[in-house]
Amino acid sequence: MDYFRVLVVDDEEDFLETLVNRLNKRSIDTTGVQSGEDALALMEEKLFDVVILDIKMPGGMDGIETLREIKKMRPLTEVILLTGHGSMETSIEGMKLGAFDYLLKPVKLEDLLVKLAEAFEKKDSQDQKIRSAKIKELLRFPGRVFDQEKEED
Amino acid sequence: MKSSLYTSLQRKIITITLVVSFAPLLALGGTIYYQFARMYREKIEEQIQYRARAQADAVEVFLKERTAILAAMADTHSFREITDEKQLARVFSVMNTRAGAFVDLGVIDQAGQHLSYVGPYDLKNLNYYQQPWFGEVMSKGLYISDVYMGFRQIPHFIIAVRRQEGNQSWILRATIDSDVFQHLVRSAQLGRSGDAFIVNSKGVYQTRARFNGKALSESGINPNLFGRGTTMITREDESGDRALYAGSWLNGKNWLLVISQNASEEMSGLLATRNAEIGIIIAGILAIVLATVFTARMTVSRLREADERMNQLNAQLIQSDKLAALGKMAAGVAHEINNPLAVILEKTGWMEDLLSDEDFQESESLKEYRASLKKIEEHVERARKVVHGMLGYARKMEPRMEDVDVNYTILQTVAMLDNYSRINNIDISTKLSDEIPIIAGDQSQLQQVFLNLITNAIDAVGRDGRIDVTSRVEDAMIHVDVKDDGPGIPEDRQRKVFDPFYTTKETGRGTGLGLWVSYDIIQKMGGTIRLESKPGEGSTFTVYIPVLLPEKK
Repeated sequence: MDYFRVLVVDDEEDFLETLVNRLNKRSIDTTGVQSGEDALALMEEKLFDVVILDIKMPGGMDGIETLREIKKMRPLTEVILLTGHGSMETSIEGMKLGAFDYLLKPVKLEDLLVKLAEAFEKKDSQDQKIRSAKIKELLRFPGRVFDQEKEED
Repeated sequence: MKSSLYTSLQRKIITITLVVSFAPLLALGGTIYYQFARMYREKIEEQIQYRARAQADAVEVFLKERTAILAAMADTHSFREITDEKQLARVFSVMNTRAGAFVDLGVIDQAGQHLSYVGPYDLKNLNYYQQPWFGEVMSKGLYISDVYMGFRQIPHFIIAVRRQEGNQSWILRATIDSDVFQHLVRSAQLGRSGDAFIVNSKGVYQTRARFNGKALSESGINPNLFGRGTTMITREDESGDRALYAGSWLNGKNWLLVISQNASEEMSGLLATRNAEIGIIIAGILAIVLATVFTARMTVSRLREADERMNQLNAQLIQSDKLAALGKMAAGVAHEINNPLAVILEKTGWMEDLLSDEDFQESESLKEYRASLKKIEEHVERARKVVHGMLGYARKMEPRMEDVDVNYTILQTVAMLDNYSRINNIDISTKLSDEIPIIAGDQSQLQQVFLNLITNAIDAVGRDGRIDVTSRVEDAMIHVDVKDDGPGIPEDRQRKVFDPFYTTKETGRGTGLGLWVSYDIIQKMGGTIRLESKPGEGSTFTVYIPVLLPEKK
């Protein structure tokens, strides 16, 4: 599992810290940030497979805006939305913008792990597809060389 | 609107319509009838008077002819000739042939002695010297008498002329046939009740009246009531019927020819017209009443239906508004509660994770810890279910209707916030009008509004300042100002202050619902809240509450 990296974005520090600890304790490489801006800044530097994103974050960018930016920057990164109030409209909007799924707070860790596993599976299969597509392309255009670093995106 | 309002509206519509339609109808009917009656009466009077005049003329002509022929006979015969009875009979025959209507003819000498006579009565050799007419004819030369009995004891009248021959004079006298004269006069009578007769200047019948009197009896008519020429009077007879009398004085004889007519008979045409008109008006009134009542009822019932439909729509609109508002509020509350619940759940999970570490495996209380953490998780789950349930369920919150003393509510609210304001060294002063009436409303909701506004004011001032709460009545609305000397609100934020979840307070301190809820409460009471603020000069929130008086119990 250490192959995967997870980013948690939530303005509630107590929640963020504890969730990050618990995921790390389960050998999932997890980082936490407290705002959408921080998340985007960090994603410029590091690659994450799944982002767990709180929708309601007063003060700065809210979850939906952050989601839009993430999808622009890294279309293949899966995003799981967390929401404190069950506003279906916001959640559905999130799904339309390409979120993998959404969960209602408070969420049991077991449920979150199930969702994570599903997201990883999707991400993995997509990665595999991309790899095979690239190999097929290699066969069509022999002599073309790919940059290994970019392949992981 | 209550049903009594509909009833009174209906009554008003009916009354106004009826008054407006009856007034001209009755005025028109009355005027037309009055004019028609006047014209009709004038025409009838004119007719009777005309008949009286015409008949008087006929009688005059009759008498003139008789007088003329009598005078001619006297002038063309000498005393010797005329006293010869054979000759007299010839003259009598000529007179009756040329003019007619003579009953007898006689010659009387200047001593009153009846010398010769032709006629049915035995009057020869009677002396007329004592008779009133004898003196008249001797002095005037020509005389038409009133009707009198005379020697023959039958009502009659005579025409007499005097002839002067040398130093002696004699009189030729003729009696007029009463039947012919009567017939002549009567020919003017008309209808079932009409009459025509002649009275002398004393009101004595000179001809027999059709209904009430023989010749020479008192007619009861005062001839002095009739003016010169032809005039008209109305009189009530014994049976109470009104009768019209047209009288025309004869020229050359102080006789009055009278034509009478029963007014009610003459007016029967007018009565029929009047009855027809009254019938038409009554029918018209009935039709108008029916149509008005029907139209008014229909109009009011349509109005009522429309109002009911509108009320239903309004109720639906209010309900959906309320549900939307509650939905928003529930979402906000859910967020506020779910976030701490999420933290609690994570912390509990983290503690469970830590308990799995080897250090704790030996602890005797390990089982207890695990059980307690499980319980916490269970209760978090319970709370979560409640909150999620609330999201899908908007509870009905109808405002109550009770007597509310606005001033008392303000004072109570200020007292509640006394500690809070004193800690921050903020002085809350109240200036409340005595004229504020007791209104119908929900006191706890109103208190919520004042609580929100004053708390906001305290938070806006922060420390060291003052808040003025004033109440007054203006334009049938209660105005309550909550004025602070805080920093004020910038113009671009003023429009947002009543939006739900809009807050400038730090996270966890304000939900952004206070002003929104307050606005909602006041709006439901039929009022509104307005904000006046300038940065640096503080803010004033004014609550406008309509004066809705409690129902009398």
